[in-house]
Amino acid sequence: MSQTKRVVIEPVTRVEGHGKVSLLLDENNKVKQARFHVVEFRGFERFIQGRPYWEVPVLVQRLCGICPVSHHLAAAKAMDKIVGVDKLTPTAEKMRRLMHYGQMFQSHALHFFHLCSPDLLFGFDADPAIRNVIGVALKYPDLAVQGVMMRKYGQEIIRATAGKKIHGTGAIPGGINKNLSIAERDEFLKDIKQMYDWSKSALKIAKDYTVQNLEKLTPFASFDSSHLSLIREDGAMDLYHGNLRAIDSQGKKIFDQVDYSKYLDYIVEEVKPWSYMKFPFIKQVGPQDGWYRVGPLARLNTCDFIDTPLAEEARKEFMAVTNGKPNNITMAYHWARMIELLHSIEKINDLLNDKDLQGNDLVVKGQKRYEGVGLIEAPRGTLFHHYKIDENDQITMANLIVSTTNNNEAFNRSVQKVAADHIDGVAKITEGLLNHIEVAIRAYDPCLSCATHAMGKMPLKVTLYDYQGNEIDNKTKE
Amino acid sequence: MSDQITFTIDGVEVKAKPGQTIMQAADEAGIYIPRLCYLPELTAHGSCRVCTVIVNGKPQTACTQPVAEGMIVENDTPELLEHRRNLVDMLFVEGNHLCMFCERSGNCELQAMAYRLGILAPKYPYFYPDKPLDSTHKDIFLELNRCILCGRCVNASADIDGKGVFGFVGRSIDKKIAVNSDKNLGDTNMAVTDKAASVCPVGSINKKGTAFKIPYGQRLYDQKPIGSDIENKK
Ligand code: SF4
Ligand code: FES
Repeated sequence: MSQTKRVVIEPVTRVEGHGKVSLLLDENNKVKQARFHVVEFRGFERFIQGRPYWEVPVLVQRLCGICPVSHHLAAAKAMDKIVGVDKLTPTAEKMRRLMHYGQMFQSHALHFFHLCSPDLLFGFDADPAIRNVIGVALKYPDLAVQGVMMRKYGQEIIRATAGKKIHGTGAIPGGINKNLSIAERDEFLKDIKQMYDWSKSALKIAKDYTVQNLEKLTPFASFDSSHLSLIREDGAMDLYHGNLRAIDSQGKKIFDQVDYSKYLDYIVEEVKPWSYMKFPFIKQVGPQDGWYRVGPLARLNTCDFIDTPLAEEARKEFMAVTNGKPNNITMAYHWARMIELLHSIEKINDLLNDKDLQGNDLVVKGQKRYEGVGLIEAPRGTLFHHYKIDENDQITMANLIVSTTNNNEAFNRSVQKVAADHIDGVAKITEGLLNHIEVAIRAYDPCLSCATHAMGKMPLKVTLYDYQGNEIDNKTKE
Repeated sequence: MSDQITFTIDGVEVKAKPGQTIMQAADEAGIYIPRLCYLPELTAHGSCRVCTVIVNGKPQTACTQPVAEGMIVENDTPELLEHRRNLVDMLFVEGNHLCMFCERSGNCELQAMAYRLGILAPKYPYFYPDKPLDSTHKDIFLELNRCILCGRCVNASADIDGKGVFGFVGRSIDKKIAVNSDKNLGDTNMAVTDKAASVCPVGSINKKGTAFKIPYGQRLYDQKPIGSDIENKK
């Protein structure tokens, strides 16, 4: 057996907002293990001990600036349970959905235009000096403008539903604190056609790129995996609410329509000594093979259909590429994400045309409970919030599994695959390897891109260790 | 003795009745003197000192100082603004005022005062006190990390509710609000309908079940700065 050494994570790299990758070689200088270290905020679970439960949906947004709306809503869903509410009023439920689809729309648009479009438009082997958001802005100025406008549209929806573009207060235990005025609604309806058109053209870019480069993309950073997401009772994709479904790489259901409040019976979180992170796996499959993927690709794979016509048409095209079997191509995340972008705008349109949004029945009351679980499909995948309170309404326990944590093992596999393709006997980090690791990680839209969205860059540090654990090379990409 | 007193605030002539404080006269005249502890329906406590004005050259608290004929009062001056900023600043660092997830945000007098006075970031180091949260009462929760020791709850409970639920204990920096029970608020006879439950200027005494019910844009100080109601009387 070859020797390996534990890699120490320097917390400072987390603060700097770098993605950090360690590659461990064996005696023959082949990649033995790859680890991608993601930003995680475990401190939160301790921080909120003792706080009154109603603060949590607002507070939780502050501890993770990545998808605050998703945390806001997942926490609010858990708090609905705590205040004894199983069903919201139509106005509250639909306002929250509108908020969520607004978030999904802006997040997916942002990721696509700022982070992924350079890879797709120039090819991921293109010179990084051109392959960036500035390059896109110069060569495809219309596209860059669209990205900004779509993001703004989603953010305005968040503002109208949550009160603020970031860190709103809209969702409260048992409901929502405002409805949508006619004036707000009409403002959004004015631009909806434009948003449809731009979403369709973004989807086309992602699809054409994937289909045209299928041969190259199929093996790239790819591997068979299970997939997990929420699913509606009739099997439709539902990004706001549903039951849990997990399928294996061939599409066989591992479990289905599981009430998510019982998630602990199905998902186990493993703690590994070398990491702050948790590694969730599906209990019945076991710690070795029970890991899974979440996010757009997983959601496309798990659902039976999408309940909006354009996205459903796109889903069928997507599934046809793999003959109806689950798609395990990592780079297909981009295509899947754009199908969800279109689905989100379709949902937004449906909601805007729904009179319930102007209703005044906003909050329901129930009998207090001492435990609540809330799940949501965040832009990056399934997000779990779980809380317990005491008789004085104070939090005694919090457990969160964030989307990126669910993908922990998948990151490692993708990086390992890419590294194995590059490093074969020669213990060196090449520019090509660095670029490919970046492209592979970016497919998942991991949390760490939050700090870097603005610049459209993803700083990355890759370190190479020999079989004895000695650092032999490192390269950083700003 | 005349039944009307005339004096000036920042050079503007103000008429007042004998026995009124500078604050009362100014309020009636539509002149806002910043304040944090004074509430018209309660006995003035004179503790926050934010209402400090210069009376004939000497600093006085407007909420306790009676008017006198010919008084010259300075209120809106750069020196007093600086003085008030310092006071509010100290209140911020002495407590744990985390506006970002405080349910009183937007309806908080301390926060609104900071905005009105143009305080962007505290200049003093934080104290980070660690006061326990008391959520034992079924309708009210007490978060003394946000208390500014204004004394409103003490006076309201004693004078209006006739209960004396709240009192001060300790001195100087250790001074704090305590409840009149060996244990917690839940063991007192306080009711959510008590005056004391609705006088706190900050998020220290809160009614359960009201948090974040008012959306952004409709909160007390979202549209107009604190004091606008008084200035609008002009
Ligand atoms: S609890 Fe509120 S009302 Fe009572 S002294 Fe403190 S700040 Fe004033
Ligand atoms: S308002 Fe006069 S001292 Fe506080």
